[in-house]
Amino acid sequence: MKQKDIAALLDEPACEHNTKAKSGCAKPKPGATAGGCAFDGAQIALLPIGDVAHIVHGSIACAGSAWDNRGSRSTGPTLYKLGMTTDLTEQDVIMGRGEKRLFHSIKQAIESYDPAAVFVYNTCVPALIGDDVDAVCKAAAERFGKPVVSVDAAGFYGTKNLGNRIAGETMVKQVCGGREPDPIPAGIERPGFKVHDVALVGEYNIAGEMWRVMPLFDELGIRVLCTLSGDARFHEVQTMHRAEVNMMVCSKAMINVARKLEQAFGTPWFEGSFYGVADVSQALRDFARLIADPDLSARTEALIAREEARIDAELEPWRERLRGKRVLLYTGGVKSWSVVSALQDLGMSVVATGTRKSTEDDKARIRELMGDEAVMIEDGNPRNLLDLYRQQGADLLVAGGRNQYTALKARIPFLDINQEREFGYAGYDGMLELARQMCLTIESPIWAAVRSAPPWRSAGQGAAADAPAAQSRARETGANAVSGAGADTGAGAKTGANTNVAAASSLTSSIAASQAETEAAHG
Amino acid sequence: MADSQPSAPATVAKLTPSIIKRNKALSVGPLKASATLGATLAFLGMRRSIPMLHGSQGCTAFGKIFFIQHFREPMPIQTTAMDQVSTIMGGDESIVEGLATICAKHQPALIGIPTTGLVETQGADVPRAIQMFRSRHPEYAEVAVVPVASPDYSGCLETGFNSAVKAIINALVPKATAAGTRPGRRPRQVNVLAGSALTTGDLEHLKDLLERFRLRPVLLPDLADSLDGHLVDNDYSALTIGGTPIDELATLGDAAATLVIGGSMTGAADLLAKRTGVPDHRFPHLMGLEAMDRFISTLAEISAEPVPERIERQRSQLQDAMLDAHFSIGQGRFAIAADADLLVAFSQLLASMGAETVAAVAPTNAPSLAEVAAAQVKIGDLEDLEQLARANGAEVLITNSHGTHTAERLGIPLLRAGFPQFDHVGGWQRQWIGYQGSRQTLFDLANIMLGLHKGEIAPYRSRLKQWPSAERQGGSFDPSIDPAIGAAVA
Repeated sequence: MKQKDIAALLDEPACEHNTKAKSGCAKPKPGATAGGCAFDGAQIALLPIGDVAHIVHGSIACAGSAWDNRGSRSTGPTLYKLGMTTDLTEQDVIMGRGEKRLFHSIKQAIESYDPAAVFVYNTCVPALIGDDVDAVCKAAAERFGKPVVSVDAAGFYGTKNLGNRIAGETMVKQVCGGREPDPIPAGIERPGFKVHDVALVGEYNIAGEMWRVMPLFDELGIRVLCTLSGDARFHEVQTMHRAEVNMMVCSKAMINVARKLEQAFGTPWFEGSFYGVADVSQALRDFARLIADPDLSARTEALIAREEARIDAELEPWRERLRGKRVLLYTGGVKSWSVVSALQDLGMSVVATGTRKSTEDDKARIRELMGDEAVMIEDGNPRNLLDLYRQQGADLLVAGGRNQYTALKARIPFLDINQEREFGYAGYDGMLELARQMCLTIESPIWAAVRSAPPWRSAGQGAAADAPAAQSRARETGANAVSGAGADTGAGAKTGANTNVAAASSLTSSIAASQAETEAAHG
Repeated sequence: MADSQPSAPATVAKLTPSIIKRNKALSVGPLKASATLGATLAFLGMRRSIPMLHGSQGCTAFGKIFFIQHFREPMPIQTTAMDQVSTIMGGDESIVEGLATICAKHQPALIGIPTTGLVETQGADVPRAIQMFRSRHPEYAEVAVVPVASPDYSGCLETGFNSAVKAIINALVPKATAAGTRPGRRPRQVNVLAGSALTTGDLEHLKDLLERFRLRPVLLPDLADSLDGHLVDNDYSALTIGGTPIDELATLGDAAATLVIGGSMTGAADLLAKRTGVPDHRFPHLMGLEAMDRFISTLAEISAEPVPERIERQRSQLQDAMLDAHFSIGQGRFAIAADADLLVAFSQLLASMGAETVAAVAPTNAPSLAEVAAAQVKIGDLEDLEQLARANGAEVLITNSHGTHTAERLGIPLLRAGFPQFDHVGGWQRQWIGYQGSRQTLFDLANIMLGLHKGEIAPYRSRLKQWPSAERQGGSFDPSIDPAIGAAVA
């Protein structure tokens, strides 16, 4: 991909980040960067398209470490779960056999699996040695009579976010408009009930959570022409341009798709979320508003009233158990506020929320929900999160899977809110699952046990022998002023005047002590 | 129907389960393994030993198969082979003849005589028969003979095991006053009375732990030395190929302490304490952090040694495993059928992880059932277990191999534990206890729970979705490419 194309993708006028001094997405900083590459972003954005053969053109690490590890679910095809890669060898690279191997790979995928289309993802090594992936795809498409789409997003082009955009751009340019939508099935439309076509961008059907939302669309007569890309089929993506409204779901990563579709086809779009009762209702209202069918609006309001009353009653017993619990939330972008309202709806108080990927607009919404005092977390490095957790006396950390083991190592309850999770939280009923999962970890009896120091240490037995090791461990974590202070008072109180033993109290007791302090602090 | 439980002291918040007694005539899918087998098992943990069941030859044949299938080892077990005549006229002669035959052929160190239902009903006086044997065969005076009343109509495997250990102590451990033993004279020796719920892997781990504290463990019996599945130089042995040496029994009174694992061993423990004066430390089980913390603290105290760093590491590994596993085990609903000790251990381990034992079945009543972490314990069989598990929505079953069909009918996975495990290899040596064993147990339980795919959302097939023709209802498709479509359409 040419540098100017990348620059064009990074300049995203529809994104609020563009209006700030640093335009577009920040450059990754060597030595202090987390998150995936452009290939990663492109692949995860498109992989859920179920009936496509997704071929990763490159050496093994790109596909080998990444295939089949996400929770996107399909109503039918399982082809997308099958990792496919050209698995380039040293000989391929030296002798320049990559293109030939790719061509034969496409042939093999088509002959073995008869996919609706083939997507070829370029990666760093072939991009560097100059494999002409576009040309191979064109030639293969002609030869085999199947759509073969080149997704040129090699890792070094940029961040995961850029990869998302490249993927979206590729779909808009190469796939959308490929055919007209199927006719509406007979016997559904009737006077006063017209079916409207919409599309969802950036929704991945994680854990099948959209299956909790789709029945609502069916009931309202809203046909989802295409989801980019949860449970999608190739021929659905081809019809995406005919949507009357597009919804950007929970992420700005593919905002370029919504904007380009608006430019090319005049399709209005809005940004929304399916997490939390209020947000689900809002999303349905926004569809009705933009479609502007008064009949649909009336039916939408009736459905919202019914569903909200029902879920409110069903959530009541969970509220009893979760009321007053303090949550530290660390997610990106839209979720930084959409999940806040969901948690508040359960009677919980959100003591801080992550804003690393949030826009000014997102932040304004956070202030609206949490008040001007809202603690916003810009730097979500594990040390910061844990310190803040303790300072705020939180009961639960809600964050992405990559923070899960940070939380568990610090012995604090955790809920995974990101893409790898196994439970679906979208839709009205998703709130029940969310409440259940939060209760599961908060109410677990393990916390006292996992925070406990070995009993023989507090008894003074054997503590002396272990003191050096324990002290060195304590030094490692000494940076944490909060738990450090807790260790002194907590261990001192437990063991009396024995300073040796107090010194020997390591991470375990410091955590236990500071936990006890914070628990005492907020009852 | 529920027994009224002795009310707990007001300070204790823990609830004791109500015990629901057997209330039907027919036992369907029996859970109980007999006390006779339990007693037999204890003798199989003594060196150069052979149990001779006093009963008809079928009592032994069935028991032999039971243990061969479980341990996958040849089983030295003999029988007095009671026939019509000896059953009516008295079986004393059979005992004398059997003892003399075994002594002549195999020169054992110990012959155990567990009684069966047949001879206890008959009213056999085994001690008198042994006296007859002694007077008639002075040449075998060196061979220890230990009788134990273990009729199958009373108790179950774990109670029979306890009875036999108690009988061994009674017959072979001398009184401190008579033998001049003194607790602590062997300051590094620790006696271990471990119940039948412990596998040979558990027992090996126990020995390792004690040795880490520079203690000398003497297990009574020592199944980890006889039935641990090892090869020996001799191609055949009619006797046990390992176990507690008989002469060790004379040293039990010199030990610094006795460790008792399992509530079922109370009877044997009481007798040993009374006879030797050696202080004992009793543990209901050794699964989970809390139980192991107490155990390790006790070892540190007895040995006056610091807790080795490796054990502290294992402890923190278990804590880490608890964190990793609590998401999937938490709120899990388990059905357990096992002898009391194992039932107590599993139910407490699960409770410590936030899971619930929604169906608990034990084959016979026992005082230790009060420790089960469940609302109620049914005294019954696998049919009871099945009904309770179904009624209470159990998600995972924990019981012996007989539970395979129960689990199939319930449509839930089975974790095999207890006796017998005949359809798996190695169940007899799986380590459940200790920080390490508990950790592996938690991982296995968590993986079973993950396999249930709880919280899975059923696919919703929108009538409006633009289904490809191959995926439409009744459309033609190639199921070899995508079996999931077929499932959805069907």
